[in-house]
Amino acid sequence: MPELSDFGNDPFWLVCLKTLGVFVILVVLVLFTIWAERRVVARMQMRIGPNRTGPFGLLQSLMDGFKLALKEEIIPVTAHRAVYWLAPLLSAITAFAAFAVIPFGPEVSIFGVITPLQLTDFPQSVLYVLAVASIGIYGLVLAGWSSGSTYPLLGGLRSSAQMISYEISMGLSFVAVFLYAGSMSTSQIVSSQQSLWFAVLLAPSFVIYVTAMVGETNRAPFDLPEAESELVGGFHTEYSSLKFAMFFLAEYINMVTVSSIATTLFLGGWMAPWPLSLIPGINSGWLPMLWWLAKTMLFIYLFIWLRGTLPRLRYDQFMAFGWRVLIPVSLLWIVLVSGLRAIREEMGDTSNTMLAVGAIILAVLLGLLLLATMRRTRVREPDIVEPTGPLSPQAGTFPVPPLPGQTFEYTPRSRQPVAGATTSGSQEEPDA
Amino acid sequence: MNVYIPILTLAGLAALFACFSVTMATFTGPKRYNRAKYDAYECGIEPTPQPVGGGKFPVKYYLTAMMFIIFDIEIVFLYPWAVYFDSLGLFGFLAMLLFLVNLTIPYVYEWRRGGLDWD
Repeated sequence: MPELSDFGNDPFWLVCLKTLGVFVILVVLVLFTIWAERRVVARMQMRIGPNRTGPFGLLQSLMDGFKLALKEEIIPVTAHRAVYWLAPLLSAITAFAAFAVIPFGPEVSIFGVITPLQLTDFPQSVLYVLAVASIGIYGLVLAGWSSGSTYPLLGGLRSSAQMISYEISMGLSFVAVFLYAGSMSTSQIVSSQQSLWFAVLLAPSFVIYVTAMVGETNRAPFDLPEAESELVGGFHTEYSSLKFAMFFLAEYINMVTVSSIATTLFLGGWMAPWPLSLIPGINSGWLPMLWWLAKTMLFIYLFIWLRGTLPRLRYDQFMAFGWRVLIPVSLLWIVLVSGLRAIREEMGDTSNTMLAVGAIILAVLLGLLLLATMRRTRVREPDIVEPTGPLSPQAGTFPVPPLPGQTFEYTPRSRQPVAGATTSGSQEEPDA
Repeated sequence: MNVYIPILTLAGLAALFACFSVTMATFTGPKRYNRAKYDAYECGIEPTPQPVGGGKFPVKYYLTAMMFIIFDIEIVFLYPWAVYFDSLGLFGFLAMLLFLVNLTIPYVYEWRRGGLDWD
C-alpha cells in the first residue's frame, strides 16, 4: 500500500515517463470508448455499427479524428475570436489534468526505481479533481458565449447550470467517503477500502454519485446541453474541424475520469474484487492495473447502457431532480452517517442495538420530513388560464397548436357551402 | 520532487497536444469562401442579431449560480470536517449540524418562494 510520503520522490525522467503513460492511457481509452459506444449502441438497436476500419472497426475513432483534421474550419463572423480559440483548449487541457491523481496500482519497479503506479498524490487530491473539473465548465460557457449565436449561448448556459447543480450533489456524496477514509487523498482512500468497498458500506452515497456523474458529464439521459431536437448541437454548434474534436475529446475524457473516480472512491480502486482478493499476491505488481481497467470499463459500459435505454429528461424535471431530490437526500445522509459515527464514538461499540433503533427512528423521521416538504409544494397548482371560446389557429401572427381544452373555430373551406352562397341557391359545389 | 510538478507536466503535455492540433487544423483543412457559411447557424433562417456576449438571458441561471456558491462554500467547510471527524467527536458533529440547519433555512425559503421552479 503506497503511503502519502511515497509521492514526490520520483526523478524527473520518471515523472516524464509517467506523464506520457497517463496521456497515452487516456487517449487510447477515449478512442476505445467512442468505438465501444457506437458498437454497443448499435447492438442495442439491432444494427452492426462501425466494422470496416481495422479489426472489428477498432480504428474507426482514430480515422474520424484524422478526417476532422482535413475538414474546413469555419469561424462565424459574429464570434469573439480570442475567446472562441481559447475555449476548446481550456476544455481539453483541464480534462487531461484532472487525471493526474487517479491511482492505477500499487508500488512497482520501473527501471530499478520503486514508485507507485500513480502520477502524483497529495492530501487534497479529490478536491483538486473537483476544482479542475470546475475550470473545465468555463470552456463550455466561453464556447457558447463567444460563438455569437443563439443556440450555442443557450446550450452554454444550460451546460453551466446543469454542471454546477450536479457538482453540488457530487461533492456532497464524497463527504461520507472522507468521513470513513479519514483522508482526501486518492491513494489513502483506496487503502482504506481493503476490507470493505465504500459502495457497499455507503450505498446511498454511491447511488448519488453515479447519478450526479451522469449529469456532470452531460451524458444521456441528462444530455440537455446537446439536445439535438432543441439546440442543434448545444455549445459547440459553431465549432468545426479539430476545435470540435477537442470538445469531443474532453467529453469522453471526462467520462473516463468520473468513472475512475467512482472506481477509486467506491469500488476499491485497483484492488481485486472479493473472491479473487483471497489469492495471496494478487494485489501487487502490475496486475492491479487490470482490475482498475475492468472497474472503469464497467462504469463506461453503464454510461453506454443508459444512453441506449433512457430518453432525455425535460429541463425543468432535470433541474428539479438535482435541487429538490439529490441535494436534500445527500444532506440528510451526511447527517445520518456522521451522527451515527459520533454516537458510536461517544458510547463505545457496546450499544449496537440502541444504535440500530436510533438509526431507524432517525431515518423514519427524516423520511417523513422530506415527504411533508414535497407534498406541500405539490399542492401548488400552476396558474393555467382557462381558454374561453374557440381559438383561431392563426392566433396573432404565428400558427399555434391548441392548448389543452381549446378547440379551433371552424374555418370554412371551398368544399363546404359558404354562408352567402347557400342562400342564393345558384352555386353548387363543383364535385357534389 | 514536488508533488505538484507532475500536474504541470501533464497539463503541459495536454496543452502542447491541444495547441498543436488546433493550429495544425487551420493549415490542413480546405478554405472555400462563402458568405452564408460564416453566418451564425440558425437552421437556415436569417440569424437573430446578437450583441457580442449574447445580450440578455433568463434570470433563473443567475439564481442557480447564487445557490451554487452557497452550497459550494458549504461543501468546502464539510470536507476538512469530515477528514478530522474522529478527533472532533460529538462536539464537532453538533457544531456542523448547527451550520447545516442554518443553511437549510434559506434553502427551504427559496424552495417555498419558487426559486427552484423552472417554468
